[in-house]
Amino acid sequence: MGEGLTLKDVAIAKDGVPLVALDRHIGPGEVLTVMGPSGVGKSTLLAFVTGTLPSAFTATGQVLLDGTDVTHAPPHRRGIGILFQDDLLFPHLSVGQNLAFGLAPGGSRAARRAQIEAALEEVELAGYADRDPATLSGGQKARVALMRMLLSEPRALLLDEAFSRLDAALRAQVRDLVFARAQARALPILMVTHDVEDARAADGAVVMLGRT
Amino acid sequence: MSRRFLPLLPALTLIAMLGPMLAGLYGTILPAFGHLPAAGREGPSLEAFRALADWPGLPRASTLSLSTGIVTTLLALAITMTLVAGWSGTRAFRVLERALSPLLSVPHAAAAFGLAFLIAPSGWVARATSPWLTGWERPPDLLIVQDSWGLTMTAGLVIKEIPFLLLMTLAALAQTDAARARAISAALGYGRVTGWFKTVFPRVYAQIRLPVYVVLAYGMSVVDVAVILGPNTPSTLSVQIVRWMSEPDFDARLLANAAALLQLALVVGALVTWRLGEIAIAWLGLRWVARGGRSSGDATLAGGALVLSVTSALAIGGGLAVLAVWSVAGFWGFPDPLPASFTLGNWARHASGLNEALGQTAVIACVVTLAAVILAIGCLEAEHRHGLRLTRRGMWLLYLPLIVPQTAFLPGLQTLLLNANLDRGIWPVMLAHLVFVMPYVFLSLADPFRAWDPRTANVAAALGASPDRVLWQVRLPMLLRPVLTAAAVGLSVSVGQYLPTLLIGGGRVSTLTTEAVALASGGDRRAIATYGLMQTAAALLPFALALGLPALMFRNRKGLQHG
Repeated sequence: MGEGLTLKDVAIAKDGVPLVALDRHIGPGEVLTVMGPSGVGKSTLLAFVTGTLPSAFTATGQVLLDGTDVTHAPPHRRGIGILFQDDLLFPHLSVGQNLAFGLAPGGSRAARRAQIEAALEEVELAGYADRDPATLSGGQKARVALMRMLLSEPRALLLDEAFSRLDAALRAQVRDLVFARAQARALPILMVTHDVEDARAADGAVVMLGRT
Repeated sequence: MSRRFLPLLPALTLIAMLGPMLAGLYGTILPAFGHLPAAGREGPSLEAFRALADWPGLPRASTLSLSTGIVTTLLALAITMTLVAGWSGTRAFRVLERALSPLLSVPHAAAAFGLAFLIAPSGWVARATSPWLTGWERPPDLLIVQDSWGLTMTAGLVIKEIPFLLLMTLAALAQTDAARARAISAALGYGRVTGWFKTVFPRVYAQIRLPVYVVLAYGMSVVDVAVILGPNTPSTLSVQIVRWMSEPDFDARLLANAAALLQLALVVGALVTWRLGEIAIAWLGLRWVARGGRSSGDATLAGGALVLSVTSALAIGGGLAVLAVWSVAGFWGFPDPLPASFTLGNWARHASGLNEALGQTAVIACVVTLAAVILAIGCLEAEHRHGLRLTRRGMWLLYLPLIVPQTAFLPGLQTLLLNANLDRGIWPVMLAHLVFVMPYVFLSLADPFRAWDPRTANVAAALGASPDRVLWQVRLPMLLRPVLTAAAVGLSVSVGQYLPTLLIGGGRVSTLTTEAVALASGGDRRAIATYGLMQTAAALLPFALALGLPALMFRNRKGLQHG
């Protein structure tokens, strides 16, 4: 199926009881929104895609990234980025150090610093590299978390209720930014949410999960 | 490498912890039944048990072990529970909590010496009240310290166990939704103490049951506190075991091993009795709940518990103060409250001995703690990566080395090492220390490690970080404070170890603790004071560092300042 993120005949069960089943392809720059009430296994689906499925679950099917099967690759070798509803910035590192953690290795010190500075500028946070992440506002933290993820050069992006902690005004702004930055990099996006607004803004295919 | 090695660590840890204990029990059973080939004795025979039964001190020594252990546990538990029931959440409680926490790491021996120096006939309490209140011009001829009922010894244990049980209870409270239970029971008209005992206590007790068993077993078999504060005519069973072990004659050694098995049986019997008591209390408690009484002398109970807790904190703190005064005392006549002159001569006189003992203490404590911290982190990381988690039943294994009395298996371990010609140097001592340091280090590290948000690891992995990089660059730095605290706990446990050092070191390894306890019979208060203070400092200093270092390193990181 070529470029993009493919979930091929994915089925996840807990203790033998089927939970989620999905068979979809997400092309570069496309968004697939998975919706449904809490508890139907939306986050479980993402855990399967990132390779962090808890052992209580069993899964069948394949995850293909740009045509390569990554179903059995360890999480850190998959090249699949994820954003959670919490920013999960590392509290012991500065903003710049957080970004450096994400930035793929290689390049001179000066070049790396320049990349980090450019990333901060991209989200209007120029000059924030030395700040303590705990002193940032919610919107600022979300933007740093986004850039940290993008600097690691993932080939797909997952969003796990990524905007649900932000208040309404901020929410639309951060959401537009995430889609814009990810689509500028032609990343396939798999988003789970329970918010209709998120789905509408994504402007892509929507899958409804639920107890049928 | 780590992928193959890491899953083995939990097993390795269990072996390091339980191996010496099981080997020691085996090594105790054989000579107890007359089997000691090294001395030309072939068993099995019951001679040693017959000799033990003929020892006239046996009933008294056994009773003392039982009474000190059970009374200590009952008192410490009752005071701690009533204190938490009556005061948790108040300002007084926070103050007391902050005062009691550092007291936990004061070594038992130093606390015991301090108490002795406070309440002995020539102690600070008598001096402060003489002659204006008591009329005493010279120390009265009273047997307060080392009284034949073991009351002072019990008091010395209670003041040290209250901080221990309190901290265990505070950790348990966090998982019991106590605040809402309190609000509900208050809304239903229940008094603070009554409401707490009826709603929160059962949940808390289920969580602190194993620590309570530790207190019970420890109180029944402790040696250093019993040497300092316990009776001599006869002494407790554990002290007698150590005396027999140190006699050159082989019959005494067989006798010691038989007595060690008796000690084990006494502890097991007491634990079973305690368990039955729990069931009875639960049954009575349910009837008490069903009667619906809203208050039962709540104010009196809460007040009493506060007074007793403050007294026990003062007893430890005041004990350290009087040690400090004695360590720099020149001539100090009775009943003067302070010495006539102060001098650093005591410190100078003991400087070389102190230095040597401090060096040994530090080497042993650092190596053992480093090993324990590495093993504990390895176990918790294996749990995180491979789901190798200790079950609730598995927690028993962790507590086992703390519940099986030291006097029951250390004599056997010494015999085994002696036979294998491995009883030289400090390595065996370190192995023995690890048995007791490991559980405390693991327990203090486990909660913060498990509470760490696993999504942090998921995000780091999604950023391309390998599991090892996540451990070294994310998890350990974020958990620096608990790691250092666990190390401080390990160091202070190792510093305070008496019996493993004495028995496994064969008397050739001298730490601050063994030296201090050895001074107990001599009665040189100035010497005792210097060693006791040094021992306390060695146990307390790591805690100060554990608090200070992260505060310094993360002074610009708000997100880690309350972690």
